[in-house]
Amino acid sequence: MSNVTDLKKPTTPTTDAGTPGIPVKPVKPAKPGRARDVGIDRRPGFLTYGLLIALFLGGAYPLWWSFVAGSSDSSVLADTWPPLLPGGRFWDNVASVLDTVPFWQALANSIIVSGVITISVVFFSTLAGYSFAKLRFKGREGLMVFVIATLAVPTQLGIIPLFMLMKEFGWTGTLGAIIVPTLVTAFGVFFMRQYLVDVIPDELIEAARVDGASMFGTFWHVGLPAARPAMAILGLFTFMTAWTDYLWPLLVSPQNPTLQVALSQLQSAKYVDYTIVLAGAVMATIPLLILFVLAGKQLVSGIMAGAVKG
Amino acid sequence: MTTTVSPPETSSTPAAARPAKTSTAKVPFKHRVSRFDSKASPYLYIAPFFVLFGLIGLFPLVYTFVVSLNDWDLLTGPGEWVGFQNYTDELTDPYFWNSLFNTVSIFLLSCIPQLLAAVFIAAVLDQNIRAKTFWRMSVLIPYVVTPVAVAIIFSSAFSEKYGLINNILEALNVDPVMWKTETFPSHVAIATMVNWRWTGYNALILLAAMQSVPRDIHESAALDGAGAFRRFFSITLPSIRPTMIFVIITATIGGLQIFTEPKLFNPSSSVLGGPHREYQTTVLYLWDMAFNRSDFGKASAIAWLLFIIIVAFGLMNFLISRRIASVETRTSKKRTGRKLTEHNAEKAEGARAVVAAAGEKRS
Repeated sequence: MSNVTDLKKPTTPTTDAGTPGIPVKPVKPAKPGRARDVGIDRRPGFLTYGLLIALFLGGAYPLWWSFVAGSSDSSVLADTWPPLLPGGRFWDNVASVLDTVPFWQALANSIIVSGVITISVVFFSTLAGYSFAKLRFKGREGLMVFVIATLAVPTQLGIIPLFMLMKEFGWTGTLGAIIVPTLVTAFGVFFMRQYLVDVIPDELIEAARVDGASMFGTFWHVGLPAARPAMAILGLFTFMTAWTDYLWPLLVSPQNPTLQVALSQLQSAKYVDYTIVLAGAVMATIPLLILFVLAGKQLVSGIMAGAVKG
Repeated sequence: MTTTVSPPETSSTPAAARPAKTSTAKVPFKHRVSRFDSKASPYLYIAPFFVLFGLIGLFPLVYTFVVSLNDWDLLTGPGEWVGFQNYTDELTDPYFWNSLFNTVSIFLLSCIPQLLAAVFIAAVLDQNIRAKTFWRMSVLIPYVVTPVAVAIIFSSAFSEKYGLINNILEALNVDPVMWKTETFPSHVAIATMVNWRWTGYNALILLAAMQSVPRDIHESAALDGAGAFRRFFSITLPSIRPTMIFVIITATIGGLQIFTEPKLFNPSSSVLGGPHREYQTTVLYLWDMAFNRSDFGKASAIAWLLFIIIVAFGLMNFLISRRIASVETRTSKKRTGRKLTEHNAEKAEGARAVVAAAGEKRS
């Protein structure tokens, strides 16, 4: 179930409370003998693996084809059957990309923007989520309902006044203009609250307070360590969201682009040489492919735990 | 201080204030700081969110409305107050309706096939396969390709001349398709980009829902002789409905704001969204109105109209799905008895919380 509360380590025995006759048993390691009896855990056949391979190819082929085309000269685009192996011009095309757009600067910009947004969103969301989950104060319920309600507001539609605001501040063309509007998100607050509400026992906080820790000290020594797993997931998805954002950076900072904006500028020429553009697309995808190799498992479990799209 | 406020309070102050006063005298400074700390800290911790949301969420939306009531130019700033003129202009502008048609068409072409495919993929993954993690990761590969890169890759593949797809069609002796200059093909092409990137992602969400169906339900159904297909349609599908609703609502909010893919689909077109606006979506139209035609007033009116439409779509989804759910609960009560019903109710409960969280836009 894609509910954030499922993030907690699964309580091993899942029982169906409404069925008295059936004995309690763990969900994951089902007793092989019994399960096989009713045929639920049978290993699937070739058809399944065939489908899985087809899915894998369908997901990977467009990327591979981009690499093949991006490493060839443009004559290859006219071939009726697309070649399957890369040509030898990848570095030439990379050089053309580097000549056309400020790739390295854009890469650095993207790293700074996504990094700052991630740190800020994770920290402030954890702080607010902790407060909503574990501290008692007047108006808590009402304010939380407000946070949840803001989740459904398509804030992207407020770009016109936001743009005017950035212009007023003289921030257009700076990374600040890209960063500031996403420093904390309603989703982050909601996500952290859902996680923290059950994961920290109230007694632990009271004990820390009795021992003379300040509120912030309690948060720092009790709240933060407990929140770490959820912070990692929130951070991962916040980073992805910030990295892939296009509309807002394009609007406020086309002259000092992020990687996505620079990439899109590659095909803004009147005549588009797709081998070069595709080489650029491959180059721009490499950082996230690295992230995928390093943290793909966490991405999968984050999505399955309900770390919802941003 | 309170003594000066009003007579009745004065009478009560001595009793109430004295202990307080003596206590402040007795309680060391450190404790008073501590008390202030525990009173103020909760608000301090949530303040950043509210301040920032007010500044970059609420204020822009309200101010968009103000702008929309004016004749407002990007360069010269606010002109005269025109009331709802911008709205009536837009509601009678064929380009607005065209953009809305394109948005909804692309949305339907991406949402429906995507959901069907995602359920299918989730069902494939929900078996007892070897190397689970590997296969789960493999359906997520498209997700790490950014929308801009996806748009670029597919806009090359869908090129009318020398595009990958038309090349293959030619090799198969099929007439080439005018992907970038005809309305329906261009919608299919753009929906393909969205589907390629998001199907695996949504499949994983649905997979998680499928795996949370209690095993005993499956086991007892299997014992009663229900085959895999029967179990899928009678147990799995009804159980994951709340999650499907969640996926649909998220897809709606994101899909109606689609921008990147149509923006980058045909860079050689001088008009945003195709030579004859074949795939100009509403956000693209808004962008064009605001930043190319410099009409902030009309663009703001478009933003608010789209806002209302998105909220309406969301509510409609919610109401329809709740209705379906309640009808389903009634019939399933008769059919499969208590166990499944209770389970469904539990699910629906959880879903309501998640549905509330569905607002996160995707872009």
